[in-house]
Amino acid sequence: MELPAPTLLLQIALCVYGVGTVASLLALRHERIANLVGFGCATLAGLFGIGAGVTALIFGPGDDGGAFALWPPLVPYLQLTVKLDPLSAFFVIIVSFLALAVSVYSFGYVRGFYGRKSVGVLAAFFNTLLLATTLVFTASNAFFFLICWEIMALTAYCLVSFEHEKSETRSAGVIFFIMSHIGTGCLILGFLLLFQAAGGQSPSGYSFDTFRTIGATMSPGRRDAAFLLFLFGFGIKAGIVPLHVWLPEAHPVAPSNVSAFLSGVLIKTGIYGLTRVLFDFMGTPPNWWGVTILTIGTISAVLGVLYALMEHDLKRLLAYHSIENIGIILMGLGAGLMFLHTHHPMLAALALIAGLYHTINHAIFKALLFLGAGAILHSTHTRDMEKMGGLIKRMPKTAFFFLIGAVAISALPPLNGFVSEWLTYQSLLQGFGTTDSLVRLMFPLSGAMLALTGALAAACFVKAFGITFLAQPRSEQAAQAHEASPTMLLGMGLLTAACVFLGLFPTLFLTLLAPLTQQLLGQPLPAYLIQADGWVLGSAKEMGGTVSTLGIALMGICLLPIPLVLWLFFGWRTKVRIGPTWDCGLRGLTPQMEYTATGFSKPIRMIFKALFRPRREVQREYDYSPYFAKTLHFESHIEEAFVTRLYRPLNRTILGLSRRMRALQAGSIQAYLIYIFITLLLLLLFAL
Amino acid sequence: MNDFLAILLQTLLLLALSPLISGCIRNWKAKLQNRRGPRIWQPYFDLVKFLRKDMVISEHASWIFRAMPYVLFTSTLLAGLMMPLVNVSAPLSLFGGVLAFVGLLALGRFFLALGGLDPASAFGGMGSSREMTIAAIAEPALMLAIFTVAITAGSTNLSQMLLAAQGPTGRLLNPAHVLAFAALFIVLLAETGRLPVDNPATHLELTMIHEAMLLEYSGRYLALIEWSASVKQLVLMALLVNIFFPIGIATDVGAAALGLGLLWFIAKLLVLAGAVVLVETSNAKLRLFRVPDLLSAAFILAALALLSTFLFQ
Repeated sequence: MELPAPTLLLQIALCVYGVGTVASLLALRHERIANLVGFGCATLAGLFGIGAGVTALIFGPGDDGGAFALWPPLVPYLQLTVKLDPLSAFFVIIVSFLALAVSVYSFGYVRGFYGRKSVGVLAAFFNTLLLATTLVFTASNAFFFLICWEIMALTAYCLVSFEHEKSETRSAGVIFFIMSHIGTGCLILGFLLLFQAAGGQSPSGYSFDTFRTIGATMSPGRRDAAFLLFLFGFGIKAGIVPLHVWLPEAHPVAPSNVSAFLSGVLIKTGIYGLTRVLFDFMGTPPNWWGVTILTIGTISAVLGVLYALMEHDLKRLLAYHSIENIGIILMGLGAGLMFLHTHHPMLAALALIAGLYHTINHAIFKALLFLGAGAILHSTHTRDMEKMGGLIKRMPKTAFFFLIGAVAISALPPLNGFVSEWLTYQSLLQGFGTTDSLVRLMFPLSGAMLALTGALAAACFVKAFGITFLAQPRSEQAAQAHEASPTMLLGMGLLTAACVFLGLFPTLFLTLLAPLTQQLLGQPLPAYLIQADGWVLGSAKEMGGTVSTLGIALMGICLLPIPLVLWLFFGWRTKVRIGPTWDCGLRGLTPQMEYTATGFSKPIRMIFKALFRPRREVQREYDYSPYFAKTLHFESHIEEAFVTRLYRPLNRTILGLSRRMRALQAGSIQAYLIYIFITLLLLLLFAL
Repeated sequence: MNDFLAILLQTLLLLALSPLISGCIRNWKAKLQNRRGPRIWQPYFDLVKFLRKDMVISEHASWIFRAMPYVLFTSTLLAGLMMPLVNVSAPLSLFGGVLAFVGLLALGRFFLALGGLDPASAFGGMGSSREMTIAAIAEPALMLAIFTVAITAGSTNLSQMLLAAQGPTGRLLNPAHVLAFAALFIVLLAETGRLPVDNPATHLELTMIHEAMLLEYSGRYLALIEWSASVKQLVLMALLVNIFFPIGIATDVGAAALGLGLLWFIAKLLVLAGAVVLVETSNAKLRLFRVPDLLSAAFILAALALLSTFLFQ
């Protein structure tokens, strides 16, 4: 049987997204049909997209090199060309798999909007977003790339402000919109620099193929400028610190299925862009590029998780964790760039693989966690963890899926987060020997910060899972929560299975990435990466260290009989009694006596006081004695230093400047005529 | 077959030896404080007693509470199987090196903390919160110290690290290793819940950390948890003594070599246990918010170790 060409599968996927958009708009008035058709199309297209990506990676892109044009060129510079090369194929797999899982989930989830909001509009925007994101990953010229990038940003904005009747949502949407466009501006400038270096004459100067040959030959100053512009532009989308402020605002307010997609895939477009530009276009990088990216990655990882710990809004907590994980991904990419600089292609391949593997892992477990948070929101109508508790008894399946996601994101063996962080550690460790300069101290120090990040993430997810799902319900809504609907569970189940698969069988997936390292670095997979017929994952050196998550899992199962034997030997006569939790002699414990999310993170808040600068207000009213307060009011508040120290002053300056500018815009026609006249004069002088 | 035997023997060794070390520490501590103290075999009797007792489980607890002892027990044993104890090659060294070792201990801690939160008691939540906090700030020091050794060895495989330390260069007096050892010793105190970080002898005080999470556990679950705690202590101590003092460790699998290796191993452990006892007796417990100072000292020691690797290599 002949397999269909990957490009054909991709074309079908793109068409089905298009059909989904149109069809759900046509079915606007019939929300059930809109739901079925809109998300049905997205599911189907996701399947085709996975097929396209996987076949392209296994069997190569096909005779045409994976390139085709969506449409004949309309105007000279606007060519809608698409190319499915290995890097694109990898990201197409990510977007398509999430499209599949999130769409399946959405069938059940969007029922909550029936009669309240237009499901057709949601489905239409959702399909457009998927279409645009897939095209961003596959566009093969800068012009088309930027157009898709903009469509993606605009649809994402519409989806973020879907529940626009809440003022919180509106302001989050505006922040997202502004930041996103500043980023696009930088990208345009960056691509223009490349275009100019390519001669700036023919339309082919915009194509990625030209950039590939031109990037390495640019003058150092221009290359550095382009690097900074791309870092800024893609960095905003990826949510690196300090350009991340939009992320914890925008991701939580979107409908949860959209949040899952935004945190899972949309921020990865920034990673895709950076990988494409830095590893594909720019040739051998100067050392400071890698150092910058590694530093930014480390800072983002640590600060992201620290701010996440302070949240008790479940979705905001998850959004901050996206910043952390983007940081971890960038640590891999940054180390890779540094290895490229010192001409260690094998190590660069290891570091790049580490970063990209964490990219897909984060996409999967973060989507899973957001969908879990969505299921909770759906059934308790709150995002506030302090009002949850005891949900594991009312939503057992959701709890199980969320637990798997929590273990995965905390980088605990044997799940997928552990594998990609293991690869990152390995590349950082091997990095120490690549150079003699002081810079090499950065590798182990970043490794130590990665360890801090991992441990704090574990603390954060003990809090997130423990406070949300365990113990007694803290509110009426939590006590009356109900399990999510079957399609929602199926969507989460798909992602859970992927977490387990990518955790236990990393070598199977990593072999898929061989064409990718070949394309970007001219280097097959590191020789010792896959050992013992794929049972064991190694590093780039023969004795560098090995790990086998599958082995750990199987061995763990083999050890389980020990407690059983102990029980048979000593305890088979013992009985189990269910009793109340020990209450220090009080009359029963109430949910109010439980540990809270805020209380849980208090030690961390105290330790990192200098960073958080928590503001707290306590008001007490006394009747007779200062020991027995009649009423007590407690308020604790943390504002990010970046917002208070950087963005607010910046905002004030801009507003102040605009106020001064207002004098110019007096509204009198005469004044405007004079401006035009002066401008004309200046232009003429300039032209002469 | 040999692999299977090695796994079996090491599992038995971990399970059999770990209560003894706990017992010795307890007994010597009492002696130093002019008390008679429990016999060094007392932990074994305690375990048997717990295993024979009925269990009371909180009505608020979920399956997490019941699954936790098993997860903790298996993950700690797995971590122990990755550590070379008597022989240079650990039974599971192919399945994971020092990173998996740290990861598995973290997995156990993750579930331990969830088990503390599950029965809806404020004590448990307090213990979980503190345990995770202290683990989080101990982790960078631990990793940096391990990295320093791993960089010298060029590997994260524990057996490889051990072989490199055994090399002819006489690394015992290497300043990097001395500093890294000091850092890891502080981390050992924190990770095993010893004074001055946590007091293993307290029950029901507001200062407790580890014990607070276990308050609702009883019977065989408690036995499993206590046993895991001593196994964890044993393997962390083995990390210190074997990586930094790789004397007398068996390089082949003959019975004589293994026997000698075992004797050496126990002797080294007892010396380290003595050091722990001295520290525990001569220090008062630190206030919770002074613990970060201690652990950042450990981090700085590890960073200095790294710097001296850089300078003297």
